[in-house]
Amino acid sequence: MIQPIYFIILSLIIFVLGIIAFFIKRDLITMFMAVEVMLNAANLAFIALTKAIGIIDGQIIVLFVITVAAAEAAVGLAIILLIFRQKKTIRTEDIQVMKG
Amino acid sequence: MTEIFWMIPFFPALGSLVLVLLGHKLSKKHVSFIACSTIFISLCISVISFAGLLKIGAENYPLVKKLFTWIPTHGFKADFSLQFDPLSAIMVLIVTVVGFLIHIYSTGYMAEDKSYSRYFAYLNLFTFAMLILVMASNIVLMFVGWEGVGLCSYLLIGFWFEKHSAAQAGKKAFIVNRIGDAAFLIGILFIFFHIGSGEFTAINTAISRGSISTGFATVVGILLFAGATGKSAQIPLYVWLPDAMEGPTPVSAFIHAATMVTAGVYMVARMNFLYSFSGTASHIIAFIGALTAIYAATMALTQNDIKRVLAYSTISQIGYMFIGCGVGAYSAGMFHLYTHAFFKSLLFLAAGSVMHALSGEADMRKMGGLKKYLPITYPAFLIGAIAISGIPFFSGFFSKDAILTKAFTNGQYFVWTIGVLGTILTAFYMFRLIFLTFHGKERITPEAKMLLHESPPVMTVPLVILAFFSVVAGYAGVPAVFGKKLDWFSCFLQPIFSRGREVHVSLGAELALILISSFLAILGLYLAYLSYIKRPQFPHTFATRFPFIYRLLYNKYYVDEAYDALFVRPLVRGSEQIYNKFDLKIIDGAVNETASATGSFGKLICYLQTGFIKDYALVFLLGVALFLGYLLF
Repeated sequence: MIQPIYFIILSLIIFVLGIIAFFIKRDLITMFMAVEVMLNAANLAFIALTKAIGIIDGQIIVLFVITVAAAEAAVGLAIILLIFRQKKTIRTEDIQVMKG
Repeated sequence: MTEIFWMIPFFPALGSLVLVLLGHKLSKKHVSFIACSTIFISLCISVISFAGLLKIGAENYPLVKKLFTWIPTHGFKADFSLQFDPLSAIMVLIVTVVGFLIHIYSTGYMAEDKSYSRYFAYLNLFTFAMLILVMASNIVLMFVGWEGVGLCSYLLIGFWFEKHSAAQAGKKAFIVNRIGDAAFLIGILFIFFHIGSGEFTAINTAISRGSISTGFATVVGILLFAGATGKSAQIPLYVWLPDAMEGPTPVSAFIHAATMVTAGVYMVARMNFLYSFSGTASHIIAFIGALTAIYAATMALTQNDIKRVLAYSTISQIGYMFIGCGVGAYSAGMFHLYTHAFFKSLLFLAAGSVMHALSGEADMRKMGGLKKYLPITYPAFLIGAIAISGIPFFSGFFSKDAILTKAFTNGQYFVWTIGVLGTILTAFYMFRLIFLTFHGKERITPEAKMLLHESPPVMTVPLVILAFFSVVAGYAGVPAVFGKKLDWFSCFLQPIFSRGREVHVSLGAELALILISSFLAILGLYLAYLSYIKRPQFPHTFATRFPFIYRLLYNKYYVDEAYDALFVRPLVRGSEQIYNKFDLKIIDGAVNETASATGSFGKLICYLQTGFIKDYALVFLLGVALFLGYLLF
């Protein structure tokens, strides 16, 4: 059996990669994918830890997270589509209507 | 029946209220009816109350009716209470009789005016305020009436406010009066601090108990008199009255000749116990009165506007009333007030009738020879002029002589000399007015002549009634020379003026004084006849020979200009400075700076809000990291 610490380290690496991707990428779709990566890193940590401790709560949470992520993907993509329709771009530096 | 006296002021108030609220919906006929009938009811009640007052005897004076407690605080209490005693009764009768006649006259004079109901609403309101003034039993309520008449005076002087000069004149009257009223108010406050009550009876008691010092009485007396110089147009605050002639002529007759401007004299007479107590204040009153009497009379000599001559004449005559009060002869002062109310309102109404006949022309240079066109106005005017000049056996003769005799017997020879010299001037300027207006060559413009007509009966009947009073009113106070028991007027007022200095004079001296002043009055008349009928070129010759004197008088001693330069313009300029420096820079600056400081702080914060998602995400990340760090370590 593999030690849970390896899962945690893997999950951390994936999460940090997600963060880096989120900050260095400029188009919304990729940033969105980075967010999905971070969510799945969290899922991995949940699964590994619940398996190690021997309870089932974490696995249920993972199911919730996947469901929410699916819904979020649908809404997020719709928003990105609409932004593209209006602005003809999905690059973040071109979208700053909220500037004060 | 005398108890109903408290209702007298409230009928005009009711009339005014109805006219203000519904006036614009009523026809002119109804407006006239409401305005005149309310005064008429007051007149009837005044007569009934007066008859009752004569019956009850002096020991019951004054009748006081407390309507309600007006200001009930600890240590300062003022009631809304009215009183009725001989002094109030005489003023009430003057106000209601003259007021009623002038209301009737106004229905003719103002018939063509578009603001008919507004005019009568103001006039009724004025009557109410004036009645409150003369019937108040304490000085605070009197001040309410005092300010009320000032307000109505302002409204009526500026009645034709579309005309710039009328609006300016109204403003001037209001501001000049405020100066006097400020002093008056300070006087009232002094009384409250030291006596603790504004009731006239309480002040009288405090003085007779000796609980206040002479110096205090002098200060209060002078402060109150300063208020009177504003209201009664005495030196130095007389400047508003000649300009007040911008108002409709019946208003000039009612407010600026018969009633409101004599309020100062009434006030001094009402506070006679105070002024008798303080010799200094009395001397000042007599001195200012004498000075004003002669000073205003000289200015009346050169004016060409018929109403302005009468205005200066009013100032001069009120000066005589103050001479009377100042030398301690309060009943003589009141007597002159009473006769003056009749003949001066008669003169003003007759002048109004002349102007009405000439389509509003008030310049005497464009009159002349009107005698044959105005068969009722002319004799009425003539009677008024004779009465005011002090020609024997008309009312002004009795009252002016009463004042001058008292001045002489009280040893005020300086005041007496000035008063007697004023008699010549009075006769001169009045007959100058008569000769220029009704006699001599016709100088009427052709357009005016086309429309020349005698006034309708609603205007001439009041003239006739007032002319009647101008002849007979004086017989209420016939001097002792003609019989010991004939001086009813001063006997009637005796209970009020018990502290006045009544020095009895030998009949021979009194007769001599009467002869001197009658002679001088007739001399003035004769001089006017010489200068304006016999040798009409003489005034012109005089003016060219002595251009300095003529110009000084014609320009009213340049007092308006002097006041303008000394007070008005520095004040305006100072206010401008304050406006520029303080208002614009400090007040407005503080507000604007607060706003712009908030704005620039907002702008500063604004830099955080870049609009870039990544910046927000970074802040979010840092926040989460910090929070986690805090939780873990």
